[in-house]
Amino acid sequence: MTTKPYIPLSSKLHDWVTTADHKKLGVMYILCGIFYLLVAGCEALMIRWQLAFPNNDILAPETFNAFFTMHGTTMIFLVGMPILLGAANYFVPLMIGARDMAFPRLNAFGFWLFFFGALLLYFSFLGGQGLTGEEGAPEVGWFAYAPLTSKTFSPGSATDYWIIALFVAGMGSIMTAINLVTTILTMRCKGMTMMKMPIFAWMMLVDACLILIALPTLTAIQIMLLLDRQYGAHFFDAQAGADPVIWQHLFWFFGHPEVYILILPAFAFVSEVTPVFSRKVLFGYPMMVVATVSIGFIAVGVWAHHMFATGLSPAVLSYFAGATFLIGVPTGMKIFNWIATIWGGHVRFDTPMLFAVGFIAMFTIGGLTGIMLAVVPMDWQLTDTYFVVGHFHFVLFGGLLFAIFSGFYYWFPKVTGKMLNETIGKWQFWFIFVGFVLTFGPMHFSGFEGMPRRIYTYMPNRGLEMYNMLSSIGAGVQVVGIVLFIYNIIASLYKGKPAGDDPWDAWTLEWSTTSPPPPWNYAELPSIASRRPLWDIKHPEDPDWEYE
Amino acid sequence: MYLGILPHIVECCLATASTAGDIPSPENLSIFDPVSPVSTTIRDLFMLVFGVIGIIFVVTEGALVWSMIRFRSKGDETTEPPQIYGSNPIELAWTVIPILIVFVLFLVTTRTIYSLDLQEPPEGALRVKVTGHQWWWEFEYEDLDITTAGELHVPKGVPVFVELRSFDVIHSFWVPRLSGKIDAIPNRENHLWFQADEVGTWYGQCAEFCGTQHAKMLIRVISEDKEDFEAWVTNQQLDAVEVPSALSGKETFLSLACVNCHNVDGVMLQGGFAPNLTHLMSRETIASGAAENTPENLRKWLRNPNSIKDGCLMPNMMLSEEQIELLVGYLTTLK
Repeated sequence: MTTKPYIPLSSKLHDWVTTADHKKLGVMYILCGIFYLLVAGCEALMIRWQLAFPNNDILAPETFNAFFTMHGTTMIFLVGMPILLGAANYFVPLMIGARDMAFPRLNAFGFWLFFFGALLLYFSFLGGQGLTGEEGAPEVGWFAYAPLTSKTFSPGSATDYWIIALFVAGMGSIMTAINLVTTILTMRCKGMTMMKMPIFAWMMLVDACLILIALPTLTAIQIMLLLDRQYGAHFFDAQAGADPVIWQHLFWFFGHPEVYILILPAFAFVSEVTPVFSRKVLFGYPMMVVATVSIGFIAVGVWAHHMFATGLSPAVLSYFAGATFLIGVPTGMKIFNWIATIWGGHVRFDTPMLFAVGFIAMFTIGGLTGIMLAVVPMDWQLTDTYFVVGHFHFVLFGGLLFAIFSGFYYWFPKVTGKMLNETIGKWQFWFIFVGFVLTFGPMHFSGFEGMPRRIYTYMPNRGLEMYNMLSSIGAGVQVVGIVLFIYNIIASLYKGKPAGDDPWDAWTLEWSTTSPPPPWNYAELPSIASRRPLWDIKHPEDPDWEYE
Repeated sequence: MYLGILPHIVECCLATASTAGDIPSPENLSIFDPVSPVSTTIRDLFMLVFGVIGIIFVVTEGALVWSMIRFRSKGDETTEPPQIYGSNPIELAWTVIPILIVFVLFLVTTRTIYSLDLQEPPEGALRVKVTGHQWWWEFEYEDLDITTAGELHVPKGVPVFVELRSFDVIHSFWVPRLSGKIDAIPNRENHLWFQADEVGTWYGQCAEFCGTQHAKMLIRVISEDKEDFEAWVTNQQLDAVEVPSALSGKETFLSLACVNCHNVDGVMLQGGFAPNLTHLMSRETIASGAAENTPENLRKWLRNPNSIKDGCLMPNMMLSEEQIELLVGYLTTLK
């Protein structure tokens, strides 16, 4: 082993701050995402503490409202987005056999926009009081319905910080999306046609296209809202005669694709992990591509299913119900294809696979409750209740976060050169899984019992006590899992087993280079003949390209 | 239908939930216990959809779990399993079958949407204008010339046509056992209807986040027999009663800023921003259901409204104990 030359800390820092390397940017995105996961997790714990008992007064109503606003905003924009962009950044060039992204400096700019946008959002805790001395952080909910966001109903500067933070971070996401689309379309290695790309790259391509369609709408309405608040424009100002429902249409035109923007990368992680640990090729690759692209198209046509209670006409209601049912079809195709991939394999239940099957099982439940919510008259009962909170946590926690953990355990060896501890990983899975079901399962039932979401307290004697207590206990169980996760990362970085280039016996290009990969990924750019280039090398007698 | 058993299962689960022993008559808000044609239609639709979803759930999760157990690695395999790249007939099957299922769901949904939609009041319906305020509900019976707050009285078995508006931000009117929720939106009028088929009190609350006290923007719908309702109407149509012993309380009321927001019919009508107090004592609760309507709670409320509803828009009037006694003395005469 060669001794490493001494590099002072300031040089290392300088290196990270000025880097345009897609891998370093990817790591920074993901580290930021994990940091904000812990922050938003703490906010959620405070929420669960307050709701553990009826008429509890741990939190003042204003504080509770600020916490759920910040929890939602943080989880979506500062956890989901950076982790998915970080993973795309890190692995898309490696998987398509490129040396970096198409525009490395734009890539760095995008990251730093996100970084400072995130700081702005959290600065609202300090600076949000502004001159009027009201509020500490925004108290408007993550979708911030007008006219509650107007200066009249939300004085102070907190809402302005929220607007500017999402505007800045959103610009970063748009730039990264442009970069991803360009990279995937133009920088694939020799032999990699579109239909020979890893499914990961396909899903990230559709994801980036969705970002390009949806995020500009968010950016535009944030500017409009800022003009309303700062310069007395009347885009959403109901007191000046504006129709506040316009905000909902525009927000959900961004907001619903956003859900798919978050879940497509989760599909991507699971679609890579499931075949490797089942020892089988992904079942029905062309169908998976078709399903992904159709999800991309349908995702921009379902937004008003968030607005079934706003008094839309029956024809509009029927259309959006139909479109929402329809998106269940390609999503179902994916679930069946994953199961068919497992079917007939030699399934190894290492931690990445545990989280991947956890994802499939829990996401299926989240998808099915989504179908229930698309039945408009049922939605009239269930929307804005804890049933919805349970539904989208099954999608975004049981779905997205499980997939993130799966991908994290799968690719950590590639990024760091060290394996994560498997024993701790399995304990983490079971704590997170049990805690998750215990927290979010009962929420469906408290919704049936008439508990609206976003209430800082609830009345006793309405049959809500047990469900809320179970949820709060579940949150405590999850804490153990998260602590194990953080401990595992730190411990494995110092004394983890060396990973080698290809610890999982996997098939995509990133496993052909060293762990961690060298600065320019490949000394010689690879050339491929099938979707699983490493399979072809390992099984020259039965290569993939004969069947594709 | 065998699915009819589901609500009972859910009920059993719920019965164990309300363990708070000595508190009388738990308030039931379950969407599975409808007392109105609207919520009954939704419950029945729910059971149908729940059955379809349940079958999909069992098949999918069953296939997943079975394949996980059946095909788990024993650790002694020397070769890779057969590589199956896909199968057109199978994939076509699990595309077409879901399309058929969602088509059926679409038809059922659309039929129910059209059958429940009601833009015009039905024959013989009671029209009520419901206005959401931060954080209380105002009920105006324009045909009967009544304005009240927090508690909506309706006759049993008569359709009630609700015209929903908002005074400030978006609220949502939801009484689960009577109907689904519809938003109250400024500059718009939305409609919903229900018909309470039993005598009783039906609970609900605002379902759209509307600011600090969203949690305590509660609703009570009180359905009564025809005679009781008519008696209530007759009383509500009267102006405020004059009780000589409460005259100094009335003077105090008129001398303070109370009248800038609160109306009392026949006494002072310059407010409207806050609940009408003409028949305050006919209500079971104050502060939109946040507290029982007792003289003690009225005192507490007048001393500092934030002690009952933290962040509410009624300011602390910094009243002396003497003023509070006089005011409560007056308010308790407003029967």
